[in-house]
Amino acid sequence: MAEPILRLDGLRKRFGGLAVTDGVSLEVPPGEIHAVIGPNGAGKTTLIHQVSGTLRPDAGRVVFAGRDVTALSLARRARLGLARSFQVTSILPGFTALENAALAVQARSGSSFRFLRPAASEAALNQAAMDALERTGLADRAAVPAAALSHGERRQLELAIALAMQPRLLLLDEPLAGAGPEETERLVALLRGLKRRYAFLLVEHDMQAVFALADRISVLVYGRIVATGTPDAIRADPEVRAAYLGEDEAA
Amino acid sequence: MARVLPALVFGLLAAAPFLGLGQGWAMTLLARGMILAIAALSLWLPVGGAGLVSLGHAAMLGIGAYAVVVLDDARVTEALVVAPVAIAAAALFALATGAVAIRTAGVQFIMITLAFGQMAFFTAASLSAYGGDDGYTLYGRSTVAGARWMQDRLGFHYLCLGLLVVVFLGIRMLLASRFGRVLRAARENPLRVEAVGLSPYPYRLVAYTIAGGIAGLAGFLLANAAEFVAPSFLAWQRSGDLLFMVILGGLGSPFGAVLGALAILALEEWLGHLTPHWRIIFGPLLVLAVLYLRGGLVGLIGARRG
Repeated sequence: MAEPILRLDGLRKRFGGLAVTDGVSLEVPPGEIHAVIGPNGAGKTTLIHQVSGTLRPDAGRVVFAGRDVTALSLARRARLGLARSFQVTSILPGFTALENAALAVQARSGSSFRFLRPAASEAALNQAAMDALERTGLADRAAVPAAALSHGERRQLELAIALAMQPRLLLLDEPLAGAGPEETERLVALLRGLKRRYAFLLVEHDMQAVFALADRISVLVYGRIVATGTPDAIRADPEVRAAYLGEDEAA
Repeated sequence: MARVLPALVFGLLAAAPFLGLGQGWAMTLLARGMILAIAALSLWLPVGGAGLVSLGHAAMLGIGAYAVVVLDDARVTEALVVAPVAIAAAALFALATGAVAIRTAGVQFIMITLAFGQMAFFTAASLSAYGGDDGYTLYGRSTVAGARWMQDRLGFHYLCLGLLVVVFLGIRMLLASRFGRVLRAARENPLRVEAVGLSPYPYRLVAYTIAGGIAGLAGFLLANAAEFVAPSFLAWQRSGDLLFMVILGGLGSPFGAVLGALAILALEEWLGHLTPHWRIIFGPLLVLAVLYLRGGLVGLIGARRG
């Protein structure tokens, strides 16, 4: 197997007496879509926070592209190519869709301590931003203020921002949350189109989407990974069925 | 209208001495208005541009003014020396206090800037060598390359106007630049800015320092306009006045700060002529303005057209 783009090594995080992340280790090789699933309260979002750098683990390491990034901030990890989307869409509402993406391009191309030239007239920034919008199907909405976009379009925009960062790993925290059936279909198609070119670590509640997209799935229960494998293997795993999928079927 | 408004207002200010406002009291008032507009612009940069509401901005203004005092006392009155020192002193104060204050946000930021402002105020009041509480009267206005044209009413008028225009255009340029884009983005959603790999802190600190420098320039002009400097220049009430100018004018555009400063000064002057108890009218008017002019004066003028 190729050198993994992301490796989590015995991550632990406690809140008071509660072990929310309890010795999580996993690897994401380049080009893989790796999904983390688990029942509510399993610690999925806490895990994402530790990978992205918004939360410091109590123990363990986060190794990104061969480099130990455990002590680095969200911004530093982002500059190394770790792009994160949020459970609640996080965009710049007063900026146009294009400028939202252009800020991400700007962050990757040279210093932002430039005071004279209007940033909106920098063709290189706009071109790369437009490319990202095109790849997420938002090209015709480039000039629209982000606040005026629909919920699904905002999800697409967040993905465009991530792509504009030229990431090596996309860390998606419930990218389908709150999307309607049609929007979900469009977003799943979009993610499938990006497969192989990027590595993904994906937390998602929509099981249909997860099993359709993921190359491998890790099941998180009470802060521990109880199983990791291909979608078929996970579907067949008795422990997983007991801990998690069974609940769904019973419901 | 929103496009041509700045040109219109600056044009009117340029023509004002020849439109029946050439008398001494009117010129004094106009100069004061333009200087406070520069000060309000400098406050607009952190408040409107970066979303950092400061309640200690008068300190930067006062430090610029006290730089004039200290140099005047040492018989240095050359503006080409005094103005850069005033700007640098205020910028340095902004850098040092900002380095601490910008680590906080919201109400904490307001309280910390207020605290720093009060420290500067009490320091100024204790400078007995420079008049302490009573203030300090300058020997005269600064000279420019040895020439005394700042004494001249028209000369001083156009100096203030020129600097106001330069500061306004400079801030507009700054906002549109890469730097300004990061600043505006961090005002809207700092988490998003960090997630694309930029830490807002250094950008905010640089903006705050630039704002301090501009306020220092306004302080230099204010000291020269009055030929007198007192600790009241640094009082928190003046910080509040400046903040009010910025909010009344409108946070959406830097020109709001210019409009706000001119409008408040004109209102004070007009009401002051009507009645000695003008504050009884002034206060409720301000309350109404905040309640009903959500986009500020700039928003009002923009909305009429749009």
